[in-house]
Parts: sequence; C-alpha cells; structure tokens
Amino acid sequence: MSQWSEATQARAREIISRYPQKRSAVMPLLYLAMAEDQGWLTNEGMEEVARWVGITPAQVSAVASFYTMYKRERTGRYLISCCTSISCMLMGGDDILHAVEDESGVPHGETDERGLISVEHVECIGACGGAPAVQVNYELIEGVTPDRARDLVRWLSGARPEVVNGDEMQELFGGTRSFDWAIKEEDGATGPFPAFQPLGTVGREGES
Amino acid sequence: MSTPLVVTKRMMDHPTDSHTMERYEATGGYVQARRALGMTRDELVEEIKASGLLGRGGAAFPAGMKWSFLAPARPSYLVINGDESEPGTFKDRQLLERDPHQMLEGVIITAIANEVHHAFIYIRGEYPKPARRVQAAVDAAYARGYLGSGIFGSGYDLEVTVHLGAGAYICGEETALINSLEGFRGEPRLKPPYFPAAKGLYMQPTIVNNVETVSNLPHILDMGAKAYTELGHVLDTGTFLLSVSGHVNRPGNYELPHGITWRQLIYDIAGGMRDGKELKALIPGGASSPWFVPAIHLEDQITKDVCAEAGSMLGSGAVIVMDETTCMIRAAERVVRFFAHESCGQCTPCREGTTWLEMVLRRIEEGQGRAIDLDLLLDVSDNISVGLAWPPRMTTICPLGPSAVSPILALRDYFRDEVDAHVELGGCPFKRVEAHA
Repeated sequence: MSQWSEATQARAREIISRYPQKRSAVMPLLYLAMAEDQGWLTNEGMEEVARWVGITPAQVSAVASFYTMYKRERTGRYLISCCTSISCMLMGGDDILHAVEDESGVPHGETDERGLISVEHVECIGACGGAPAVQVNYELIEGVTPDRARDLVRWLSGARPEVVNGDEMQELFGGTRSFDWAIKEEDGATGPFPAFQPLGTVGREGES
Repeated sequence: MSTPLVVTKRMMDHPTDSHTMERYEATGGYVQARRALGMTRDELVEEIKASGLLGRGGAAFPAGMKWSFLAPARPSYLVINGDESEPGTFKDRQLLERDPHQMLEGVIITAIANEVHHAFIYIRGEYPKPARRVQAAVDAAYARGYLGSGIFGSGYDLEVTVHLGAGAYICGEETALINSLEGFRGEPRLKPPYFPAAKGLYMQPTIVNNVETVSNLPHILDMGAKAYTELGHVLDTGTFLLSVSGHVNRPGNYELPHGITWRQLIYDIAGGMRDGKELKALIPGGASSPWFVPAIHLEDQITKDVCAEAGSMLGSGAVIVMDETTCMIRAAERVVRFFAHESCGQCTPCREGTTWLEMVLRRIEEGQGRAIDLDLLLDVSDNISVGLAWPPRMTTICPLGPSAVSPILALRDYFRDEVDAHVELGGCPFKRVEAHA
C-alpha cells in the first residue's frame, strides 16, 4: 500500500509512463519522494520508490547515495548552495560561502535547528560567467557579493517566501549574469529540490 | 569583427521571446524538421558527414560518423546530453534557456536520421530553469503535432522525455549518462563492448549527442553542408561557442567562427583583464584541459588543431582566465578537488589518486608542504595517467581521472617556483581573492 497521497500517486504513474522501462523512473520518483517527505529522503520514501519500480530498497538507496541532490538527512526549507569551484573561487566564491555561513550561523553541510536553512558548498553549477554564484533550492542568483549574500540570508529568514524564484532573487541580490535571462518567470521552488515537475504534455503510455 | 552568428542568432535578434514557439516559427523554425521527414537515413547521415560537424560536448567526435555507426537493431534511442557540468562551461544552459526549440528541432532531425521513436533530453539537476523551458518547448511541440504520433502529419512517431539529473558530473560521460537514465548509479561502462551505438540505452543502439551539436543541425540543413563548412574553422567547420569566465571584464558565451588568437579573445572580445591586471594563466577548454600561459600561447590561434599541437584541447569550450593575483596552488587545488569530488569510485587510480592530489595540494597551500611534494604529485599523477602523455593513456574506464592531472602538469611546467615559494614560506604568498561588487 502506498503511503503517498492520491495526487502524488497519480504523478508517479504519469512519470513512469514516460519511460520504456520503469526503473528509469527512479530518479524523478526520488525527487517526488523528497517533495512528499518535507524536502529530504527518508527510508520510507526510498521504500516507496522501490515498490513503484519493483526493485529493492537497497537498490534505491544505492542510486540515491550516488547523487548529491538526493538529500538523505534533514534539509532546511531553504537550501543555500554556494559554488566554490574554480571560476567562482577566482571571483570570490569562498567569501560568499563564509558570509552565508556567518550570517545564518549554519556551517556548510549542516541545517539550522529551526529546519529553515541548510548551507552547502557545491561544485560548478554552470554559472561561471556570472561568478560568484549561489543557488537557493536550485534557483540561481549570479554576481553575488558578500553583503548581498548576507541580505539574502536575512530575507529568507524574515520573509520566508513560499516559492523561491530565481528572477526575483536575482533582482534583489544578484549582479553580473552569465547571459541575459530574458523574460521574468513566475515558476520557482517550493522546497530544497529542483522546481521541475515533469507533468506537462506526455506522449503515449509506456512502451514496455 | 563581423560574426555570422548561427546558434545564438535568434536569441540575440529577439532577446525577449527567442524561446517561444511563435518566435521560433516566425524565424524559420521547424522547416528543416519537415524537410528531414522526406529524406532517407543515408541522405541525412551523408549531409551531416559532409558538413564536418564535430561533437560540441568536449570530445569533438564527428557527428555524422557517430550516426553512421548505429547498429541495425531496433528500437534505437536518442539521448541528448544536457548534463553540462565541466567547470567553466555554461553554453548549453544558454542554448536550453534561450532557444529550446532550436535544440528540439535538432532532436527531431537526429531522431529521423537514426530511426529513433523515443528520445530523451537529459538535463543536469542544477538546471531546473533550463529544464522548465525545454519542457515548455516540448509541450508546445506536442500541442502542434510536431511530437507524438504522426509528427507534422507524417506517419512518423516520436516521443520526447525530459529527464533531470541529480548532481553528478560523471553523468556527462555518455555511458554513465545511459546508466543514470536506466535508473542506476552514474558509473561509466567499459568500451568495448558498451559503445552506445551498439549497446546503449536498454542495450539497444543509441545516439548520444550534445545540446550544442544538435542545435547546429537545422542550420546545416538550411544552408547546406558546403556553406556550413565555410562558416569557420575553430572546430574544423561551423561556429563554436566559447564560455569565458574568470578575471576578464566581459565574461560570457561567445560564438566564434574563424580562429582568432587568445589575445584577441581576452583583450578584445572579453573586454580585457579586470582592473588592468596581468594575465597569468588560462585554461583553454574546461577544467580537464592542460593550462596555457601567455608567454607561450597568447598569440596562438584558437582552433582545435592548434590547441592539440600545443598539448591541450578546446574541449567543451570553457575558457577560464586567471590574473597575476591568483595563487596557482589554490587554483590547481580547486580543479583537482572537483575531480576528486566527482570521481564515481569504480577505478582505483582515479578514486584514490584524485583524493591524494587534492590532499597534497591543500597541504602545500596551507603551509605544510614539503620539498618533495611536487615529485609526489607527479608520481601520483603518473599512476592515474601513465607517462603523463597528452592525450592521456588510460588507466581507467573513463577520462575523468586523467583530467585531474592537467593542473599538476601546469605546476610542473610553468609554476614550479610557486610551489617552492609555498614550501619555503610555510604558507601562501598570495592575498586571498575577495569578491568584487
């Protein structure tokens, strides 16, 4: 019996239908499990994914542990990822990380007691032309300074937006971008997982 | 300089709506996909071969030849590699966000040429916005009957699934990407026997092409292979997107046709060095590529062949520029740390070697370095990449491990004195970089 809501189960079926073999749905289903479990992956969530695709929980765990974006520990409502790879480091990415750690009181790799903010340093997020760059729940802000990074932390703690939106944060806290982002979009993230839910138009049912 | 833009033309001409179906169709979009439906597999493969199109994902493998290798078993699959993660690279993000239909038309053309009826677009997990734009483009294409059953009113069916990664650089390696897409850990497979064209996704013949590569296809069919070959020669034919980052005044993606020099790229196109500082080193083709220094390489033409002769590569087109204030130990440590973090762990030389390189570099940077440490770094490097040859002689399933050796070679060849200075001083002689406003 699934522990998931009817709506989530419907999404799981929809996701599985997009692949010729259902094991291919493991990755999107893990994101679904995170969304269902308050933003991180519990053992129950992995067991649920295992049932949906017909493999063992150990096999699911082996997959989940390979990828850094599947969080298997309690993660805050806002996951702040500071890039400290080469291009961001050259432009002061380490200072951004330290400012975020200092302002939030959360060292990288950890979550505050309120469950509000997690901080991590990450490898290249493909924003090198707008370095140094930060993501909040994978929504991007480029051209950040230490002061603006502190402002960002204060804003998240105070305003606590339901949806974090890259365009809004870029306007509030960002600077130089890798390239023009064009029009403003409303989409954003509702938790510490990427805001991409593959539920648009789908083709025929699974081929297998 | 007059630059005949190809893959970035639409987004430059129409900055507010280049990603929409309406703009795409108003600027010649999906004409070539319809035309491709009337062409045979052989005609399409020959046209792409004649265009000289090389893969834009880093390996520069001829795209037409890759297609011609597709084994006859069916079903065959197409996987678009949008797992762009090479430090310094951000070109595919721009193509995905700003012109997703251009890529999608390339997907349709590639599918037709390779008799594919189900294509997958694998986008890295940290790119939710590009993924949303691509999904919106896919939805729009389904809505108009350009995807799904009987595309463009033909008898040809094509399904497209957008798949999000979850934070693993190694999934940019095509066989790791396939494992990931099958729902496994993203570990590269041995080649042979697991060449994707023979035993790829679900052990079926599979084409894996990069985002920029397929984005070129509508243009090749539009202008014809011959005209495409005459566009430029950075990567033999066509144009090539360079991502410029680091200490320049105007970082960004630049679409280059003909070869220019590194000096022209940095001082003209990218606006010169930040704060008028001196150029110290540049990484020409992503974190994997051996480094260049101005005294030797500044006047070199930026082409695949000149780069190869100089012992490096254009790779994914990521140019990382470092000025005189940069500590080379720290820069090397960052590049090596990346590969240590991203090693999948299958092969011992890579898993252990990259970690050792990172630890020794950090020790030097933090003042605990010893006089023998450069030799130690080179010895460990030799275990990962035998003979420190370029291109590397492989000790591992994939090239990730050998890539970590590039910064060590730069220390050996150009910055030995900096290693010594760290050891003698018992610390880093450089002031740490600070973020600019």
